[in-house]
Amino acid sequence: MAEKPDAPRDAWLPVEGMSASRLEEWFVREVLPLEVALMQFLKHNWHNKSEVADLRQEVYQRVCEAAQTQLPDSAKAFVFRTARNLLIDRIRREQIVPIDAAADIDALNVAIDAPGPERSAIARDELRRLQAALDRLPPRCREAIVLGRIEGLTGAEIAARMGISESVVSRHLARGIHALAHMLYGETAAKP
Amino acid sequence: MSEAPETEDVPPMNAIDQAAAEWVQRRRFWNWSDTDQLDLDRWLEQSMAHRVAYWRLNAAYARTERLTALRRPGAEVAAQFRFSPLITGIAASLVLALGAGLFAAHALLHPHDRTFETPVGGHQAVSFADGTRIELNTNTEIRARMTTQERIVWLDRGEAYFQVKHDAAHPFVVMIGNRRVTDLGTRFVIRTAASQTEVAVVQGSVRFDAPGVQSAAYTATLRPGDVATATADSMSIAKRTSRDLSRELGWRRGVVVFDRTTLADAASEFNRYNRRKIVIADPAAASLAIDGTFATTDEEAFIDAARTIFGLHVDGSGNGIVISR
Repeated sequence: MAEKPDAPRDAWLPVEGMSASRLEEWFVREVLPLEVALMQFLKHNWHNKSEVADLRQEVYQRVCEAAQTQLPDSAKAFVFRTARNLLIDRIRREQIVPIDAAADIDALNVAIDAPGPERSAIARDELRRLQAALDRLPPRCREAIVLGRIEGLTGAEIAARMGISESVVSRHLARGIHALAHMLYGETAAKP
Repeated sequence: MSEAPETEDVPPMNAIDQAAAEWVQRRRFWNWSDTDQLDLDRWLEQSMAHRVAYWRLNAAYARTERLTALRRPGAEVAAQFRFSPLITGIAASLVLALGAGLFAAHALLHPHDRTFETPVGGHQAVSFADGTRIELNTNTEIRARMTTQERIVWLDRGEAYFQVKHDAAHPFVVMIGNRRVTDLGTRFVIRTAASQTEVAVVQGSVRFDAPGVQSAAYTATLRPGDVATATADSMSIAKRTSRDLSRELGWRRGVVVFDRTTLADAASEFNRYNRRKIVIADPAAASLAIDGTFATTDEEAFIDAARTIFGLHVDGSGNGIVISR
């Protein structure tokens, strides 16, 4: 095995002096906006679609582990290089090399100009996009999120208002947050 | 009926996402104790995989903050700002009778308004009868209308730290131009520069209302560690640790704290406190990073560091201080 086991470095208070909050800030600002393009890249280059979300998570993990010692100059180039290396590792490890995946290794070039960060998205579009995402949540889930986020209710108040148990409220909220993350970061903005 | 089918193309949650989503919703919607925070910290410390999953979901949820703009316009707050018809009537007749100008009218209407101001390098604390305390940082101006009826402070310039005695019946409001921060039981700091306003909450929570230039107003409820930045047409919210916040509040102890801060940023921070401005004349020097704690008015220590640590050239012969290679 060529790869080193992932040493559980204590990255939380790293030696190099980069605080976790600074890394988080960088991750949210520079890396998350690339998720749309990253997901497209992974879907396009990996045979098993059901593994794509896990791969994405592993890319983030590797990127942040490296970034805590030094932030890369270009987050974009670094994220896609990491993704490409991850896929190559996987293909090697899985032994059953899918012929076309192997053929594609060299073709794992990155469409770095795929839909990029939308930092400049102006406030209004953002609100419209958020609303569209909200509208696509399953109804009960949306109701819980709306009561919590827009009406400012606590979990207990949401439970009372919706007439359901607190644990079900928790589940709706957790699913809602997860789905919103996918819609806000993992998909192109133009879902009408 | 409880399990509506998952939204079409949202991938299923894996175990880490599930746990991260659970933490995010627990922290946001339920009673949150110090023990909970420790448990969360411990979970985050376990692996980078936990951290990135949590950061991502938390950022997604934070991003929906803007949805609070959909809340029906804050009628209840607006009411606090209206005078009762009776008082307005009296005031109007007074103005007529005296034929006073706008300024005099203002003074009559608000005899309790007081202005406090600090010069460059200044630092002043003001205490009010209700127990509220406001600390003004360098080059700052506030107007305070603290009566038994209303508690409004205008931050006209600079930066101030607010320790507010909460009173639900008389909300404490800070106006920054047309932006408004309403105390919900709190310690917070507001800094305003150019057209930008930054609000950071240390304890408790505040509501921040900022009208957009052409769009609807944004409203956000900020909790400890939240730092909201409003510009002419946007509002963004970031999370800081209490350590980062206390570093930013160094000025209350008379210091500036740099943590891998570029010389350019460090110089502009010093320049807020000193009349003699530091100019970093060389782009390569400007991007060097510096660590350390300096007294806000001790430019000399900073200049020494630039000279001895980085071997830079310092020229103090003109009006300012020019640092170059």
